[in-house]
Order: sequence, then C-alpha cells, then structure tokens
Amino acid sequence: MLIYGLGLLAFSYLAGQLFGDFLGEMIGVQANVGGVGFAMLLLVLLHNYFQKKQWVKAQFDEGIGFWSNMYIPVIVAMSASQNALLAFNKGVLPIVAGTLIVIIGFALVPVISSIKTTHS
Amino acid sequence: MNIISFFEKNGMITSFLIIAIIMLIAEQISTRLLRKKIPGSAIAILLGLLLAYYGGMITGGEKGIADIPLFSGFKLVGGSMFRDFCIVSTALGVSFPVMIQAGKAGIISLILGLGVSFIVGICVGLAFGYHDAESLATIGAGTLTFIVGPVTGSALGASSDVIALSVATGVVKAIVVTVFTPLIASKIKLDNPHAAMVFGGLMGTTSGVAAGLAATDQKLVPYGALTATFYTGLGCLLCPSVFYLALKALM
Repeated sequence: MLIYGLGLLAFSYLAGQLFGDFLGEMIGVQANVGGVGFAMLLLVLLHNYFQKKQWVKAQFDEGIGFWSNMYIPVIVAMSASQNALLAFNKGVLPIVAGTLIVIIGFALVPVISSIKTTHS
Repeated sequence: MNIISFFEKNGMITSFLIIAIIMLIAEQISTRLLRKKIPGSAIAILLGLLLAYYGGMITGGEKGIADIPLFSGFKLVGGSMFRDFCIVSTALGVSFPVMIQAGKAGIISLILGLGVSFIVGICVGLAFGYHDAESLATIGAGTLTFIVGPVTGSALGASSDVIALSVATGVVKAIVVTVFTPLIASKIKLDNPHAAMVFGGLMGTTSGVAAGLAATDQKLVPYGALTATFYTGLGCLLCPSVFYLALKALM
C-alpha cells in the first residue's frame, strides 16, 4: 500500500525534525540542528528493516518515490518565494560578501574532496 | 464570484498547475533554444528567481511571488516543510559505504565552511567601514546563511540595519550558489557523492545547495543535504559565542 510508504516517510521526517529541534534547544540555539540528516538516516534504517521483515510490498516505495520526484518542482516554488528583491536593493556589501564566499567555496570543493577515509 | 479569491482558496493546487507550466516552459527553452546545454531544471529554478524578484517589486513583501494572492500557494509548496520532506524522501538512494567514506571530508568541510564564511564576511564588513565587533560578527554570520545572520544579530544586539544587511548577504549567497553550481560543477569535479557532501558542508545554505545540486544532478542531492543540514544549526551555535568572542579578542 502506497500510504504505508508515505506514512514511513512522514514518521521519519517528524522524528528527525523533532530530534533536530530538541538538539538545538539543548545546546541553546534558535535553530534545528541536523533534523533533515537524522530523518534521512532513520528512513534508510527503517526501510532496510521493513525490507528484511518483508513488509515492503507492492507500491510501498511509490509513496516515497513520488516525493523524491517532486523535488525539483518544490525547489522551483522555493526559489520563486525567495526574498530576491532584498538581495539586490541593500547596496553592494551583500553582493560582494555573498559572491566572494561562493567563489572561495567553489575553489575549496576539489581541495577538500581529495581527503578520503581509507581503510588500510 | 471573485476569481482571484477562488485561486487563493485553492492555493496549493493552483501552485501545482503554475509550477507545471513553469517546468514545461523551462524544458522547451532548454531543448529548443539551448540544445540541452543548460538543463531544464536549472532554467526552471532561474525562472523561479525572476518571478521572486518580480513579486517583490510589485508587492514589496518578503516572500517573492508568493505575496501575490494568485500565487499564495507557493508559500506552502515552496516553504521549508515541503522542501525538507522532499529532501528526506531522496535518502532511499544513498549508499552507506560512500557516506562513511566521505565522513571525514564532510566534517572538515563543515568546520572550514563555517570558519571561512565568517572570516570573509568580517573582511568585507571591514572594507565597507564597519568597525564594531557586533556589526562585524552579524555580517560574518549572514555570510553563513540568512538564518544565522539575524539570529546572531539579535543575540548580540546589532542594529536592525546591519541585521537586514546580513539577511541580504545570506540571500545573495543562496542565489549565487543556485545559479552557478550547475555551470561550474564539472570544473570543480562536483560529479560524485563524495564531492557533494564536501560541497554541502562548505556552502551550508540549504536552499542554495538543494537547488544547485538539483539543477546539476538530482542523485547528488541527499549527500549535499546531509552535511548542509548541520550548517545553520552549528552556525547559530558558534557565531554569537565562540566566533564573536574570538573576534572581540582580536580587536
């Protein structure tokens, strides 16, 4: 059943975000710490467990797959509701700082990527 | 019958229709005009940003096109709940061995991403004539993400003007990452899960990383999101405390 897959996704999302909010509160910040990451981890672990128990039957995965296919449309909606005007009418400082850090970040990607955890 | 309020009442469904039309237009531009040199998804995201700018100009609001009643459903569909839900759903495709192998590089990139962003923000702030530690730390925090900026600014008691600057800096960062990631990805070898995790940690802005990777290669999204999801939280932790105190000690 499709709804069971969707239910598992919803459970993982809520549990992960709740834990992220809790973690944020515990270390005293007004933000979620790693909620999406914990939710992703939980989803993968639970899905593996469900598969072992042979609970993953026809259409189960489609309840999850639909949302990963909706990803780009949601991102389009997200970019359409950004405060894009603010980015360009606050003068030069935000443009300089915001662009400079991205250039530096791009340059660092290949450097840091060369670090690999080796098992030897 | 008021047709606008009809669409407003059915906001979420209306936005599905409008997004489908945007995707269709973007796909046509990509195949017919650009011979697939720029992927349709990248053009769709770009069109979204143009709409956001237009919406802000018309309404003067903060939510881009979503402030126009006809497009009000964008607030929900483009909000953080739908975004994070979709990101989590992509996790089924991730490979644990790859994630563990990239773990060390991911953590290093996260720490470096936080530190370097803060320092770059401070340097630019100094160049623009800010000299007090509170303003500089707020601008530095805004260079992390547009959430860390105002959180830090209000914690340190920075002026609302500086806080607005820090938000704008974070938004510029998200937009620049969105637009340029698909164009530069092959040059910085951003074509594998390992590099995507490093990229997420270095950039940190979830909106930018999510959109940039989506337009580059959808398979990379969960890896980038995995490190980026820790960035804003850690930034909110470090900027008003450790980073601010270090800055103050140096001045």
